[in-house]
Amino acid sequence: MIAIKDLHKSYKMGSNVLHVLKGINFNVEEGEMVAIMGSSGSGKSTLLNIVGMLDLLDTGSYTLDGVPIVNLNETKAAKYRNKFLGFIFQSFNLINYKTALENVALPLYYQRVPKKERDEKALQYLTKVGLANWATHLPSELSGGQKQRVAIARALAAQPKVLLADEPTGALDSTTSYEVMQLLQEINDEGKTLLVVTHEEDIAKMCKRIVQLKDGVIIEDKKVNQIRASEYV
Amino acid sequence: MIFRRDTWSEILSSVTKNKARTTITVIGVLWGIFIYITLSGAAKGLDNGFERQFERVAMNSMFVWTQQTSVPYKGFKTGRFIQLKLNDVRTLKTKIPEIQYVAPRNAKGVFGGDAPNITKDLKHGKYNVYGDFPVVVKIATKDIYDGGRFLNEEDIKHDRKVCVIGERTQRELFNKDENPVGQFIKIDNSYFQVIGVHKFVQGGGFEDDGDIYIPFSTFRKLYNTGENVGWLAIAAYNDADVIEVEKKVKTVLKDIHSVAQEDERAIGSFNLGEIFNKVQGFSKGLTFLSLVVGVATIFAGVIGIGNILLISVKERTRELGVRRALGATPNEVKGQIILESVFLTLVSGVLGIILGALVLAGINAATQDVTDFPYTNPTVPIPYIIGALLIMIILGTLIGLIPAQRAVSIKPIDALREE
Ligand SMILES: Nc1ncnc2c1ncn2[C@@H]1O[C@H](COP(=O)(O)OP(=O)(O)OP(=O)(O)O)[C@@H](O)[C@H]1O
Ligand SMILES: [Mg+2]
Repeated sequence: MIAIKDLHKSYKMGSNVLHVLKGINFNVEEGEMVAIMGSSGSGKSTLLNIVGMLDLLDTGSYTLDGVPIVNLNETKAAKYRNKFLGFIFQSFNLINYKTALENVALPLYYQRVPKKERDEKALQYLTKVGLANWATHLPSELSGGQKQRVAIARALAAQPKVLLADEPTGALDSTTSYEVMQLLQEINDEGKTLLVVTHEEDIAKMCKRIVQLKDGVIIEDKKVNQIRASEYV
Repeated sequence: MIFRRDTWSEILSSVTKNKARTTITVIGVLWGIFIYITLSGAAKGLDNGFERQFERVAMNSMFVWTQQTSVPYKGFKTGRFIQLKLNDVRTLKTKIPEIQYVAPRNAKGVFGGDAPNITKDLKHGKYNVYGDFPVVVKIATKDIYDGGRFLNEEDIKHDRKVCVIGERTQRELFNKDENPVGQFIKIDNSYFQVIGVHKFVQGGGFEDDGDIYIPFSTFRKLYNTGENVGWLAIAAYNDADVIEVEKKVKTVLKDIHSVAQEDERAIGSFNLGEIFNKVQGFSKGLTFLSLVVGVATIFAGVIGIGNILLISVKERTRELGVRRALGATPNEVKGQIILESVFLTLVSGVLGIILGALVLAGINAATQDVTDFPYTNPTVPIPYIIGALLIMIILGTLIGLIPAQRAVSIKPIDALREE
């Protein structure tokens, strides 16, 4: 599903160059649930953003679902993101003046799905994350866990191939975190590929594979026995 | 994209859910278009008003009279009084083809001198009396009340003792329910039959609601004026240059009466056409001014919209980043910002037009009964409104380009990081 070869990325900060990713080789098969771990500043988000085509790589190659991601301009990237990728952010990033339903329907709007169908689908995904009754509520009326579940529903709505989550539980307490992880596990159970950036050990152990980043290189990449979040809830 | 219903509902939701921003934005342009509409409507009203003031009088008419000479000429001393004669009329018409009508007039009581005594039974008063040819109505319209008529050629031919009286004359000399037509009044010492009553119209210019018109020929007998003419009312053809005609008339008259061409005093004139042109120029100037002021205020308003959108784009950086993460292309983001700008501009423009129209309607209602102020039917021509709307759409688009460009110039990842 994801094939990354010899990826390098650096940021220019004035006259300094900060070499963040120094040759990453990394493959993800369909249906995997991968945790990306590492200390702060190790380049986890950078890697995820490149996979998410929110940022560009300097050198190396990146193939998504057999499609080589090259010559990426913003328009092309936007189309790929819309079609292949779903994002889940630490800070939810819901649009505050839109209701839960409208937020979930937004990716479908950019897919030019007609309004009626869009709303039906959005409601279907809200139901899936258990928030059908909250469809008409604004984000400000939702708890953190609920917001993240709306965000997950939104990420799913466009039926992407890969879900990218950058610290999805970073802003949540542990109980709520486990609920969110349980939801993500269920989504993975249905066959969806997931990449989860986290620095929490217990969250990482709820994935099926853990990749350790340090100073811009992968220092460890191992399959683990997934711990079901439902055991904690 | 413009024609997708979704696009508009998306814009509507973003615009209506940021009420404070929208309100502030709208007010700027609303104010501009409001000023534009009321000003140009008011200018149009003045324009119409002036036109109404002049509609009773041929637009390119003039009056010519004589005074004392101020330059010695051909052995004549200065200070000689010049007298216009009936023959001058024919000479003028043959020599100046631009002239359409000439009406020689005499009057008693108008330019100094005592007004004649008019008597009807026991009532009497002093009213101005004019000796006129029927052609005078071609230069200054006279409306006659039903049942009456103005002077005609037969009256002139037979020196008839008939007269057309004014509304006020009727009111003051006749009883309330009395029909004056057919009755006799005494002008100085002769009896005249009333053949009509002329309506008094505001803007009829220089004449009065008490004036009495009698045939020129009768006047001449009554007051022994012979071939003398008090003054000439002249109307030029519509396409003639009135100022030129006025000059020619004076030249011809000076020739006839042996007056030096450089004598500025001997022949006096009042050129209504020239004044009318000036007035028209004034209201045209006013219309132009309101156009400039209006467009400038609209401009300022639209720039205001651009400014606020620029701020709002900054505030919404994160939202726009999210949209782009979810698959909005840069063009879609740009389009949304531009359409928001156009939408806001148009909504405020239309509101401004409505508000301006209401104010104009109010002014119209308030000035309905005011006849002595030249202000009628203040309207804004439709092309102006369409023009204004077009300008707003274009300006709205152009000004929207700046924040739109700003919105996509930042990378989505940076937009998402923005706090
Ligand atoms: N746009 C950028 N410009 C400059 N430097 C950047 C940029 N983005 C990230 N960096 C730097 O790159 C390094 C890696 O950042 P990254 O966000 O990938 O870290 P991370 O592993 O996600 O850390 P954290 O756990 O704190 O989120 C950091 O030193 C960061 O300061
Ligand atoms: Mg990070």
